[in-house]
Amino acid sequence: MSGHRAPVLLLNDEQLMLAKTAHEFVRERAPAARIRTFRDSNDPTGFSRQLWSEMAELGWLGLQIPEDYDGLGLGFFDLCVVLEQSGRELMPEPFISTLLLGTQALILGGTDAQRSEWLTGVATGEKILALGYEEAGAAHSAVEPSTVARPQGDAFDLDGEKIQVLDAHVADAIIVSAATSGPAAETIRSSLFLVNPKQPGVTITRQHRIDGLNAAIVRLEGVRVERTAIVGELDGGGGLLERVLQRAAVGSAAQMLGASEQAFEDTIAYIKEREQFGVPIGSFQALQHRAVSVFTEIALTRSVVLAAARAIDDSPDEVPRLAALANAMASETCLHAAKEGIQMHGGIGVTDEHDMGFYMKRAHAAYMTFGKPSRHRQRWAELHGY
Amino acid sequence: MGELNAFREEARAWVRENAPKSLWGTSGSGPFEGYWGGSKCEETNPDLLRWRDVGIDKQWTAPSWPLEYGGGGLTREQEDIIHIEMKAIGVPRPVAGQGLAMFGPVLLRYGNDEQRARHLPAIVRGEVRWCQGYSEPNAGSDLANLQLKAERDGEEYVLNGQKVWTSHANLSDWIYCLTRTDASAPKKQIGISVIMADLGTPGITVRRIDLISGYSPFCETFFDNVRVPATNLIGKENEGWTIAKAILGHERSSIGRSIANQPGSAQRDVVERARKHLGVGEGPLPDPLLRDEIAQLGMLEEAFHLTLARIQQSAATGTPGPEGSITKIVGSELKQKRFELGMKVAGIQGLGWEGPGFDEDDLQYTRDWLRSRASTIEGGSSEIQKNIVSKRVLGLPEAKK
Repeated sequence: MSGHRAPVLLLNDEQLMLAKTAHEFVRERAPAARIRTFRDSNDPTGFSRQLWSEMAELGWLGLQIPEDYDGLGLGFFDLCVVLEQSGRELMPEPFISTLLLGTQALILGGTDAQRSEWLTGVATGEKILALGYEEAGAAHSAVEPSTVARPQGDAFDLDGEKIQVLDAHVADAIIVSAATSGPAAETIRSSLFLVNPKQPGVTITRQHRIDGLNAAIVRLEGVRVERTAIVGELDGGGGLLERVLQRAAVGSAAQMLGASEQAFEDTIAYIKEREQFGVPIGSFQALQHRAVSVFTEIALTRSVVLAAARAIDDSPDEVPRLAALANAMASETCLHAAKEGIQMHGGIGVTDEHDMGFYMKRAHAAYMTFGKPSRHRQRWAELHGY
Repeated sequence: MGELNAFREEARAWVRENAPKSLWGTSGSGPFEGYWGGSKCEETNPDLLRWRDVGIDKQWTAPSWPLEYGGGGLTREQEDIIHIEMKAIGVPRPVAGQGLAMFGPVLLRYGNDEQRARHLPAIVRGEVRWCQGYSEPNAGSDLANLQLKAERDGEEYVLNGQKVWTSHANLSDWIYCLTRTDASAPKKQIGISVIMADLGTPGITVRRIDLISGYSPFCETFFDNVRVPATNLIGKENEGWTIAKAILGHERSSIGRSIANQPGSAQRDVVERARKHLGVGEGPLPDPLLRDEIAQLGMLEEAFHLTLARIQQSAATGTPGPEGSITKIVGSELKQKRFELGMKVAGIQGLGWEGPGFDEDDLQYTRDWLRSRASTIEGGSSEIQKNIVSKRVLGLPEAKK
């Protein structure tokens, strides 16, 4: 908001209705306890395809997908309305992999052919997408991958390994980043490739994380892809990936906002009920003031998340700045809300039987994904010229 | 929407045409910045006085007050637009201060016709300056414990006791006070009345208070058998607590808002100070930890401004959210963080109190830093704000006493 009028930070009537419907749906159909069930039953999918289809029927998966591909053609802001609600119950369904990473890559960089092949299926809930950009190694940078794409005539051979690729175990297509600048290049330039997971040379190994999101290692050994598999420009993968990750950072922030709200509401309800020393523990000022701090952080976070989501639709120049702000603040708020949630629940809060632990695990995972807050602050400082 | 846009054009044109050029860029245009007026006012800047006069003629010193009192008869939205247009070019409001920001709205809501007709026009014209008598030595956070006695004697009240933190009492003409009219009431919130007093009345003594930052507008005001007409009572006798709460709510949101005058200014200010004191020009600052701290400040600042905007937008649709109550908490903490960081980057150049070896900006900054410690105390401490949010917004049970 440096110097110009603030963006509209309110939901319109349709969006309010959408939020309400989604809130009820999530609360009734997708309680956070499912994370435990999926984990303990070793569920091979790790989420419910049934629920995913139902949400597709409600139009939620295609909210932002253009009408040409059977979506509703609304904005990223509308998508964030649903993402926030999905975050309330830590839904492990493939929102991040499919709607944020895969779909945004195709919307921003996909050819008409790629979009018509995949986006309709995303809107109907039939297709799951994944995007592999994380690699092992401390020095790893998302835009300078170690995975390589070697030109073979008009095609490429992919070699490398992507880790913690969300929902790769069930994905119908996996987009991966790979260096296309050749071994002699001074600076690494990369490209994004659509890979069919069933193709020879692709090995997918399921990974199990603390937060109940489903991930896999994607190993690529001499995987042959045609030039038409490139998403965006050849050698332009770094810039495209950066924009995709900014959008994902905002979407993830919306989910963290929802998770913060739910963890906070559950905690407030608990300290009103739980009695010690003959009184509800919520009557103790030591807890009240800490609760107000969390409330305050959530209110601030709501503003920045809405502003960032709005910027994606209306003011692209503001996206890098506001995405950094939204993700940094939502990360800190969500982790704080969850940690305070555990502390205020006392002993029951650290048991596996209670859901609050899942909120902290997800908060930590989200904190570490799409840039840690310290990285976002560094970016923020750069963007402000210091 | 179309009408408001047309009004925005009109307001912009008028402000830019009439505000003296020398005042442009000099003010955050808050309700407490600029010409305060009153009979003891010694303002000599001719442009400030000219700006006051054109504002009065246009009836835009109190744009949303009724026309009959010299107000503009406009809506709150239109008033906001006028102030936004003044802020856009950084000119002060033509008249500012307690009377317009705090007391006038109280009188409009709780006063009678006679009181309004007598006092409002003088406020609108900046002729009479008001201060407020709220806190007392034993009534700070526990404001309802106030003891300033007002005893009815015929057609008069007799006031005895003391007020403290009466800002600008030494330069004001009138004071409105919370007084104790019934000491035997079963609850201390009952038995409080709001009474106005002319500060020239015999028996009133004003003494200024210096703060850790040095000179301050704060005063103590003593009442020794002060006789005021009974018609100076605002609202009903013994029912003043409701009015007091309304004023406090207003004060808190305006303190929060006043901090919000220039979006991005806290971050810019700290970066500039860092460059000055570290001796570095454009580009990244050399200390990554400092950059991180400034970024934390900048992010909080932006989040605060966006939150104020969001509150304003939802208030405009008629459904104000509960977030308004946190404005003061966050705004005051933001202010303190900003000055703390600004002091940190200055190193020992921030240690000057006065005199040689320190430049004016640094001396002022140090005073402002010291002054900022009061921001989480005045107008209801952060702890009291948190109690309020806890009870009214979160619905948490009150502590057993």
